[in-house]
Amino acid sequence: MADGRKSGAGYLLLSPTLAVMALALAAPLALLFIYSLKSQTGIVFDGGWTLAQYGEVLGRTSYRALFARSLWISGLVTLATVALAYPMAYFVAFHARRKFLWLVALTIPFWTSYLLRVFAWKIILGYGGVINSGLIRLHLIDQPLGFLLYNPFAVVVTLAHAWAAFAILPIYVSLEKIDRSLLEAAGDLGDGALRRFLRVTLPLSMPGVIGAAILIFVPTTGDYVTPELVGGTRGTMIANLIEVQFNTAGNWPLGAALALVSMAMVAVIAGLFVAAARAATRAAR
Amino acid sequence: MKNKSLVLYAFAYLAFLYVPVLVLPVFSFNNSQFIAFPLSGFTTRWYAGLSADSAMLHALGNSLKAGIVTALLSTLLGLLAAKAVTQYRLRGAGALLGFISLPLFIPDIVLGISLLLLLGATGFPLSLAAVVLGHMLVCVPFALTVLIARLEGFDRNLEEASADLGESALMTFWRVTFPLMLPGIAASLLLTFITSFDEFLVAYFLSGTEATLPIYIWGQLRFPERLPMVLALGTIILAISVALVVLAEHVRNLGVKKPMVGA
Repeated sequence: MADGRKSGAGYLLLSPTLAVMALALAAPLALLFIYSLKSQTGIVFDGGWTLAQYGEVLGRTSYRALFARSLWISGLVTLATVALAYPMAYFVAFHARRKFLWLVALTIPFWTSYLLRVFAWKIILGYGGVINSGLIRLHLIDQPLGFLLYNPFAVVVTLAHAWAAFAILPIYVSLEKIDRSLLEAAGDLGDGALRRFLRVTLPLSMPGVIGAAILIFVPTTGDYVTPELVGGTRGTMIANLIEVQFNTAGNWPLGAALALVSMAMVAVIAGLFVAAARAATRAAR
Repeated sequence: MKNKSLVLYAFAYLAFLYVPVLVLPVFSFNNSQFIAFPLSGFTTRWYAGLSADSAMLHALGNSLKAGIVTALLSTLLGLLAAKAVTQYRLRGAGALLGFISLPLFIPDIVLGISLLLLLGATGFPLSLAAVVLGHMLVCVPFALTVLIARLEGFDRNLEEASADLGESALMTFWRVTFPLMLPGIAASLLLTFITSFDEFLVAYFLSGTEATLPIYIWGQLRFPERLPMVLALGTIILAISVALVVLAEHVRNLGVKKPMVGA
């Protein structure tokens, strides 16, 4: 079926999309790399080339700390989001009678502005916010609790909420695909409920778990809005630093190097994670 | 019993998802400029104030324009690419699809600043058109995913039958292919429109003076006295989105149950 003429038509169909992606993705990323090598005096390019930005990004202690914090915050977010969503997806796949209704109910909260969903947590956790004013009203506390907002904890809670749908749906899909007769077979062969879950259900649902983890880890590492609104100075992440380089500090080469290094780091960690998770799944079976 | 605790967990999780979202409507009708308990009576004045806010209306117009153009272009590009990979066996199709889906795996901040560099290098002005280009980058992978899923179950025999019965290629597309793909196209248009309408960070770098709605909202968040109005705006967006999603789900199900629509 796929003779030369026909696949030629296929490539022709694909070409407009590829052209747009080349213009809007490949060219800008190449430019990002070029800018990251530009030498700058003050806020003006001086025409030279340098690796100084990379030296600064990798060498400066405060940047290294920021990278580490961004990675462990989004690692924690990924873990929390997936762990919280798994039982929910399991319930819908195996126990809910009206699956479709549950899926709609679970996705509705995600159809409002991302900014406002994040901001809602600032209102809830804030000094004069919903939790504090509620607890004072109930006479459970006299002074507002100050530790709820402006720290990594607030960032993790907010992101675990904001990205929940990206965990629930892939995990649900992979659980739903599991052949029910395999579960019966495991039961017939004497596996208890827990053993059956650990040896059949969990390994078979790992593609969904891995997919969800990647879909959440990658974008949350680069999230700007959440740390800016609820993170405070202790919850600042890498995207905030990149934004400052471009909009305030006028150091585009440094911003470009920061962006590329964080992208590379996320890609390496995500790749290692997928490899490790696949190996672990094989071992469990 | 294990089952019961799972049901309990499901409802607790649902509450976790809904409580922050319910903050929007609750305080948007609250007759106080402070977002705190106790509530102080019902009012619709925040909604009334919203309709008189010309900056908000301008931003809304910009977001609608960018959203509609982004949705149409991304869906068109997604459709062409989805048709190419589902109907032809192309060498390297996997790698090409991976390339098109790459924006899913790149943080928005990186997409935003690298497009900013492209605009700077080419002299293209910061504008709504630039925002559309950035949003297409984010939306084409979504459109492609939705449309490939739809096209994979597509029976090519129907097109061939139409051709055998003497329809031209154009009429075959119009009377057979297009109606069969309509539910997928509708889902893609909706998903890409909502994604563009809600996107903040890329637009923040590319919009220049043409603020979109999320950029307008971001600007308002610094002013505590403007908050109830912003919450009213969020409530309206939520209500309209829910209505659209329910409608889209309805349309999609029609397509699934009756694959012969338009024949």
